[in-house]
Amino acid sequence: MSDHLISVRNLRVSFPTRSGRFEAVRGVSFDLGRERLGVVGESGSGKSMTGRAILGLVRPPGQVTADRLELDGDNLLNLPERRMRRIRGGRISMVMQDPKFSLNPVMTVGRQIIEAWRQHNRASRAEARQKALEMLAAVQIRDPERVFDAYPHEVSGGMGQRIMIAMMLAPDPEVLIADEPTSALDVSVRTEVLHIMDRLVRDRGMGLIFISHDLNLVSQFCDRVLIMYAGRIVEELAARDLHRARHPYTQGLLNSLPRLDQRVERLAVLQRQDSWREAEILPPPPGGL
Amino acid sequence: MLHVGNLDVWFGLPPAQLVAVKGASFDVARGESFGLVGESGSGKSTILRAITGLIDTWSGDIRVAGEAVTGSRRDRTFHKRVQMVFQDPYASLHPRHSVDRVLSETLHLQGMTDIDSRITRLLEQVGLGRGFRFRYPHQLSGGQRQRVAIARALAAEPELLLLDEPTSALDVSVQAEILNLLADLRRERGLTYVMVSHDLAVVGHMCDRLAVMRGGELVEIMSADQLRAHQAQADYTSDLIGASIGYERA
Amino acid sequence: MNQTATNWRDWLLSDAPETRRQAKLGAIYQGWRIFSRNRLAMLGLVILILLLVTAAFAPWLSPQNPYAQNLANRLMPPSAEHWLGTDSLGRDILSRIIWGSRTTLFIVGTVALVAPVIGLFVGTVAGFAGGWVDNILMRLTDIFLAFPKLILAVAFVAALGPGIGNAVLALAITSWPPYARLARAETLTIRKADFIAAARLQGASRWRLLIGHIWPLCISSMIVRVALDMAGIILSAAGLGFLGLGAQPPLAEWGAMISDGRTYILDFWWVAAMPGLAIFIVSLAFNLLGDGLRDVLDPKRGSE
Repeated sequence: MSDHLISVRNLRVSFPTRSGRFEAVRGVSFDLGRERLGVVGESGSGKSMTGRAILGLVRPPGQVTADRLELDGDNLLNLPERRMRRIRGGRISMVMQDPKFSLNPVMTVGRQIIEAWRQHNRASRAEARQKALEMLAAVQIRDPERVFDAYPHEVSGGMGQRIMIAMMLAPDPEVLIADEPTSALDVSVRTEVLHIMDRLVRDRGMGLIFISHDLNLVSQFCDRVLIMYAGRIVEELAARDLHRARHPYTQGLLNSLPRLDQRVERLAVLQRQDSWREAEILPPPPGGL
Repeated sequence: MLHVGNLDVWFGLPPAQLVAVKGASFDVARGESFGLVGESGSGKSTILRAITGLIDTWSGDIRVAGEAVTGSRRDRTFHKRVQMVFQDPYASLHPRHSVDRVLSETLHLQGMTDIDSRITRLLEQVGLGRGFRFRYPHQLSGGQRQRVAIARALAAEPELLLLDEPTSALDVSVQAEILNLLADLRRERGLTYVMVSHDLAVVGHMCDRLAVMRGGELVEIMSADQLRAHQAQADYTSDLIGASIGYERA
Repeated sequence: MNQTATNWRDWLLSDAPETRRQAKLGAIYQGWRIFSRNRLAMLGLVILILLLVTAAFAPWLSPQNPYAQNLANRLMPPSAEHWLGTDSLGRDILSRIIWGSRTTLFIVGTVALVAPVIGLFVGTVAGFAGGWVDNILMRLTDIFLAFPKLILAVAFVAALGPGIGNAVLALAITSWPPYARLARAETLTIRKADFIAAARLQGASRWRLLIGHIWPLCISSMIVRVALDMAGIILSAAGLGFLGLGAQPPLAEWGAMISDGRTYILDFWWVAAMPGLAIFIVSLAFNLLGDGLRDVLDPKRGSE
């Protein structure tokens, strides 16, 4: 239908609180092609909630509305749970922040990958096992046979996250949503995990939504970046143009980072403006994208 | 100010023993800001906990202002001289104690008398107005909680402040505020800092010198200038710096 | 009038209280708001307040003397004169239930004060001290837990002699172990927390940490547990009364009253059913209250 994998228009997520409804996401619109799209913001900016809304993971009493929420032209909004489950893990997969909480501690790694894959594919045990070993090899686990029979507590954090990626990519999804996939990992492991994700996404022509608080990392890893503030997208940028960001919030975030390459006497402190909450989204600077 | 010599720290008994720190030695001069950098499990926080006596299974030589400490017992002068700020501001404040209670108990324990006026002053120093005095932790944001934790550490008027990843649980804009606050306090009060962090940029910004740790051992000690110029002796340090700068597309 | 009411509310709910008192009152009011939204818990509270009032004003509320026997009027069904009927000695059941509420409240109140305090003390000391202290205290707890509560209480009363004081003592002694276990489990999760380490670094003594930092966090779950256990305590007390080991005649006590009515249960059902109904209603009220309190006091309630 369209060349967009995911198309979102005016997405809103709200929760009831004692003082009325709180809108965590307030009218987010974007399209995702076969690209790496970064979504950046601070805690409470609604970036994770946007990802969860796409996957239909917002639990009641949370409420999701949108003018459009489509995957390849198919509506995703308010699907019955049974159909959503088929899409989730089949056509869209998600990698969470901490593998410790997403892997079942009492099941071997291999069995979990097989389970994930067989939910969406019919195959014999031997075939499934073969596929799982292939997936482990694909995420550059040197000794797939050993890891296949290991339990989650027997593997390191970086290895766990690679296993998660293997599991999520096993059914060949069209879109991968990664929510802070590397923030629980050490920097040296982080690079490796990012490399793997990068290669797999590119080779398979998938779309990637990369949710993170780390502006620099996202600008280096992604093609395009959306900056979120208080439940809205305040600016859209080509990743390489991050230094040309025009929104004071984006600039403020960049300036508040301590730098490794030069001495800064005092870090710039972000002065939040109420006007940012309502302002229109800033389009990419001319010549960008 | 602080001397750590040949420090070993272990957990558990053999054969399941885990040696968390092996033969670590470093000195921190009065007024200096010293960083301990490493990845998770490198033993950097463990060193702080051994210094403060929160862990008693250690051997080696720890001296604060020339006075040796042993085991987990610390006397009054130690608590007056050394204080610590913890990593997670959500876990380091008692959920049922108001800011007022936290600070007045601390001041009382430190043997201060003019508690009321001191609380007001402490809150001002960490950039929280009087309005925060009677709030409970659940009425505070992460950054505000960390300011309260810093005020608590400052209440004893310590000379040496141990900072255990004080900003890693915070958003970057809040991190900037807290780092600025810590830098100001150090300048005003001539404090000595030992700061633990996994973030090279943060340590490079805050510290004069830093030690890089890996697997419980000190890999090297370098100055912040050397760090910025990427003049690392050890390969591991170079790798760490490389990985911290950012992600290079393959 | 309405204006001042809103002002008060804003003052109580202020995010920036100006005095210690305002902060305290504000916290209490917050809790009350959550509690009062739970209708069933409110019902429980109302019933218990009625029980308190009944006990306090028993001499004025009871229509007749609860001990006055009138053998001519024995085993009368409920009527205008005796609303709930009379028992085998012709005493007015309503009056006896009203007077019995005093006994019930005395038993429940004393047990609810003694058992959790012992439990809290034993549990937190064991959990906080660890090592051999923990071992000794917890094995002791296990020994008590190994016997069914009522059997143990019966054994105690049998040894000490029947009577309401001894019944209370026996119930208190036999019901502390679960509280000790609960308090110990809570202490174990708290003792490694950073805020305990921080207080220790200020030079806080062990007792200060225990009383000022650990107890406040254990007490809320204890209160909830006590409220939920109340029903069980009432029933145990009634059980002892029923076995003739609790309150002695002619003192009015609900359990003993059921016991008296047992012989006539087929022909004169109200003699046993009326005090049974009273026990049922009060137990239910305590359970409802406990559920409501759990909503308010749960430390994991978070910021919501």
